[in-house]
Amino acid sequence: MTSQILDSSASTTRERGQSVFPELEALLPLIAKPIQYVGGELNAVTKPWSDATVHWALMYPDAYEVGAPNQGVQILYEVLNEQADVLAERTYAVWPDLESLMREHEVPAFTVDAHRSVADFDLLGLSFSTELGYTNMLTALSLANIPLHAIDREDHPIVVAGGHAAFNPEPIAQFIDAAVLGDGEEAVLLISNIVKSWINAGRPGGREGVLLELAKSGCVYIPRFYDVEYLPDGRIKRVVPNRPDVPSRVTKFTLMDLDAWPYPKAPLVPLAETVHERMSVEIFRGCTRGCRFCQAGMITRPVRERSITSIAAMVENGLEKTGFEEVGLLSLSSADHSEIGDLARNLADRYEKTQTSLSLPSTRVDAFNVDLANELSRNGRRSGLTFAPEGGSERIRRVINKLVSEEDLIRTVTTAYGAGWRNVKLYFMCGLPTETDEDVLQIAAMAKEVIRAGREASGRRDIKCTVSIGGFVPKPHTPFQWAAQLDHESTDARLQKLKDAIRNDKEFGKAIGLRYHDGKPGIIEGILSRGDRRVGDVIETAWKNGARFDGWSEHFSFDRWIESAHFALEETGVDVDWFTTRERDYTEVLPWDHLDSGLDSEWLWEDWQDALSEVAVDDCRWTPCFDCGVCDQMNTEIQVGPTGVTDLPMPSARVSAVLIQGLCGN
Amino acid sequence: MANKPPERDLAPVIQKLRLRYAKRGRLRFSSHRDFQRALERALRRAGVPMAYSAGFSPHPKISYSNSAPTGVASEAEYVEIGVTELCDPQKLQAELDAALPPGLDVVEVIEATSSDFSSRLEASLWEMEICAPAQEVMSAVGALMESTEVLVERKTKSGLRVFDARSAILLMESVTESAVTGPGGDQMPPECVILHVVVRHITPSVRPDDVLTALKQVGNLVPLKPIRVTRLAQGPLNEVGDVGIEAEISIRDPFDPDRVLV
Repeated sequence: MTSQILDSSASTTRERGQSVFPELEALLPLIAKPIQYVGGELNAVTKPWSDATVHWALMYPDAYEVGAPNQGVQILYEVLNEQADVLAERTYAVWPDLESLMREHEVPAFTVDAHRSVADFDLLGLSFSTELGYTNMLTALSLANIPLHAIDREDHPIVVAGGHAAFNPEPIAQFIDAAVLGDGEEAVLLISNIVKSWINAGRPGGREGVLLELAKSGCVYIPRFYDVEYLPDGRIKRVVPNRPDVPSRVTKFTLMDLDAWPYPKAPLVPLAETVHERMSVEIFRGCTRGCRFCQAGMITRPVRERSITSIAAMVENGLEKTGFEEVGLLSLSSADHSEIGDLARNLADRYEKTQTSLSLPSTRVDAFNVDLANELSRNGRRSGLTFAPEGGSERIRRVINKLVSEEDLIRTVTTAYGAGWRNVKLYFMCGLPTETDEDVLQIAAMAKEVIRAGREASGRRDIKCTVSIGGFVPKPHTPFQWAAQLDHESTDARLQKLKDAIRNDKEFGKAIGLRYHDGKPGIIEGILSRGDRRVGDVIETAWKNGARFDGWSEHFSFDRWIESAHFALEETGVDVDWFTTRERDYTEVLPWDHLDSGLDSEWLWEDWQDALSEVAVDDCRWTPCFDCGVCDQMNTEIQVGPTGVTDLPMPSARVSAVLIQGLCGN
Repeated sequence: MANKPPERDLAPVIQKLRLRYAKRGRLRFSSHRDFQRALERALRRAGVPMAYSAGFSPHPKISYSNSAPTGVASEAEYVEIGVTELCDPQKLQAELDAALPPGLDVVEVIEATSSDFSSRLEASLWEMEICAPAQEVMSAVGALMESTEVLVERKTKSGLRVFDARSAILLMESVTESAVTGPGGDQMPPECVILHVVVRHITPSVRPDDVLTALKQVGNLVPLKPIRVTRLAQGPLNEVGDVGIEAEISIRDPFDPDRVLV
C-alpha cells in the first residue's frame, strides 16, 4: 500500500474518488505558494465519494488567488453539496511550475477539497468570467487525461461551461460537452437531476444519451447537436439542430426571488492570500442602466433585488461564519438598490463599534454615492472612491448611454474631496464606437477639472486623481455586438496622446495618475468574445504553443496568439481582423444568435442605431418599459423595493456578543 | 477633518494571553502570513475581546514569535495576544481552536504572568524525516557532527548569504519512532531515517533546510524525496556539561515561568 502511494504508476490502480494527495504532497515543497493547492479552507466541505450519485468538479479557470473568492463557484459549491446525493469539489488552474512537475510525475489534475482526480467526476463545470480563461481549461483537461475534444470522450466527465463568457461558447464548442446560460443555481440542480436519473437507469444511450436528455430540457446547450453552415464569404449561413427533439434556440436561466437563495451561507475563508480579502453579499442581480458596452448589464436582466432584511441577515451570518473584517455589498451598480440608503445607515449603525468595515463598489457618479460611502466608512476606514464616467466627452457618453454630465462629475468629486477623501479613481474606456482622439483627450481635461475642483473643496494641494483606462471589447448580446473593434495600433496611439496631454500639464499633471494597458490583449479578447467555432483551432494552437494564464500580462503573448491564429485560420478565408475590427450588419447571422439571452435582437439593433445617432435611453426601473424583450421572453419581471422596512431589527443576541460573555469578562 | 483618525473607544489591554499552536498535516504548507490572517479571523469568529491599536487602520494586538518556515510542520509555535476583558484561558483555547481550520490547532493557552517571553525561545527541537538509505544518512550525520564549521549558502531577501550551520547544532540523533501524531502522521515510508536535531536560535537563524544542506555537503546525502520536518519543541535550553552529550541537552517548556507564578 505504502509503496503504491509512492509509485507514480499507481495512477492506473487508483480507485475512483481516491485521494492523489500523497503524490501531490511530494511536489509541494518544490513550488511557489503551496498553500493554494492544499484546500482545508474554513467552511470547505468534503463528502465520502460513495455517498453521492452525482459528482461535480467545479473549476474556476484561473489561479487560486483569483478563483477562490469567486462568488459564483462558492454559491454552486454550496447549493450542490446541500443535496444528499450530490458531491461538489473545487479545482483551480495550476501555475506552470506545478504543471510541469505534475506532468513529470504523472500526477493528475486534482480538486483542492479531497484531492480527487478530476477525471473521476461525472461532471466538470467551468465558470468563465472571461474568455481569457479558455487556455487554462485546456491545461486542466490535459492534466486530467480528459480528451481535449468533446467527441473523443467516453467514460469521462461531462464538461459544462457557464459564466458570462458562456453566452457565446462557440469558440470553445469543440472542447465542451455543454454550456449553460444565466444564473447557475437552478441550472446545476436541473443538470444533476438529469444526470442522476441517467446513472440510476443504467446510463441508457451512453454519453450521447445523457447529452440528448440535457438538450431536450431547452436550457442546456449541447454544441454537437447543432451544425454551423457558412457562406462563401465566410459569414455564417445558419446554425441548425442536427437531431429531432433538440430545440432550435437555447434559453438562459433566470433566478427569481433572491431572498429564497441566500447563498453563500458559509463563505469560504481561504488560507492563502487572495485578490478579495473580504466577504461579499450580493444585494441585487441584473442592471437596467442600459450602458451599451456592458455585457453583464444586458445578459443579467431583469433587476432582482434582495430585500434589505435578507441582506442584513446574510452580512451578520457571514461575518459570524468567516471572521472577515470587511464586507462588500456587491452588484453591478450597488448604489442603485432601491433601499440602499436605509441599508447603509442600518449596517453602519450596527457595525460602528466593531472593527468591521463595509464597502460598496461605488461607480455611479453622483453625490448620493459619496454620502453612502461616507456613511459606510463612518468608523474611519476610507480608501479611495471610484467613479466610472466611462467616456471622456459628453458626446461619447451619449453613444454608450452613460448619462453623466461633466457638472455631475465635478459636483460629485467636490463632495468627495470636501468630505475628506484624498484619492478619487475614475474609470474610462478607449476604443468605443464612433470615438475620436478628441473624445479621449477630453479625459485629460476632465481630470484637470477634477483636481482643480478638488483643491478648492479640500483646501489642499496634495489630493490625487487616478485615471484608469480599459480598452473596449465589443461583446455578444449587447447593442455593440455589431460594432468594429478599434485596432490595437489606433488604441495605443490615442492613449499616447492622452498620456502626453496629462504629463505635459505643469499645473495638474503630477496630481493625475494614469493607468492603462496596451491595446493588444483586447484584440485577442475580441476574437475570443465574438468568434465562432473556427476560433476553436486558434485556441488549441495557441495552447499547444504555450498559452496559459492569458489574463496575466506576464504570461500573455500577443505574438503567440497572432501566429497561432494565422496557422489555424489559414484555410478558412477569415482572420483576426475579420472577427475583431470588422463591422457587422443587421442581416449577418451572429455565432450566438441561437442562444437566447432574452434580449430581442431588433431592440438591440435599434439601440445600436440610437447609439450611432447619440440618442440616450432611460432606465426601465423608473420609466415605462421599452421592450428589450427580457421580461416577456423569459416570463420574468423586475423585482425592486420598496419593502416598507426602513429600520432593520437589531440582532436580539449577536452570537459574538454571547460568546464574549461566555468566554470572557463577567 | 477626516484626515485625523476618528475617535474610537480604545479599551486598554487588561490581560495578556500566550498561545501555543500546532501547524499540522497539509496546513504545514501555510506561510506565516497565511497563519496571521487565519488567526485574526478566528479571533473575530470566536468573539475574543481583542485590544486594538489606534490609527487609521487599527490592528489587533498580537505578537508573533519565531515562526516555522512554510512547508515545515510544528507542534510548538507561540503567539501572544492582548485582550480588553479577562478571559478564561481554557475556554479561549477551545473556542479559538474551533474557529481555526483543522490543522491549525491551538494546543494550550495560559495567562502571561511573566515578561521576556521571546527571549526564552533559545533553541528548537526539530524532527527531520529523511528518505535515503540509513547508512548514508548516519554517515552524513557523523561527518557533520565531527566538523567544527560547515558553511552553507542561502538566498535571502538581501541576496546570497553564507554562514556556518554547524555551531548552532547542539544535538543530532536518529530515533526509531516519529514523535509526530495527529493528522498527517501517516506511516513512515521505508528507507527513511528520523532525526531529532536540537538547534540553537542564532542570527542568521539555522533552519532545517540549512541543516539538510550541511548534511548534503559533508556527506553527499541525496534524499529520495523532499524531507518532512516538524518542530517538536522550542524554549529555554537545558545545557548541562559538555555539548554533545545527548542526555543533558533538552528544551524546557517556555510556559514554565508563567505556570510558577499562577
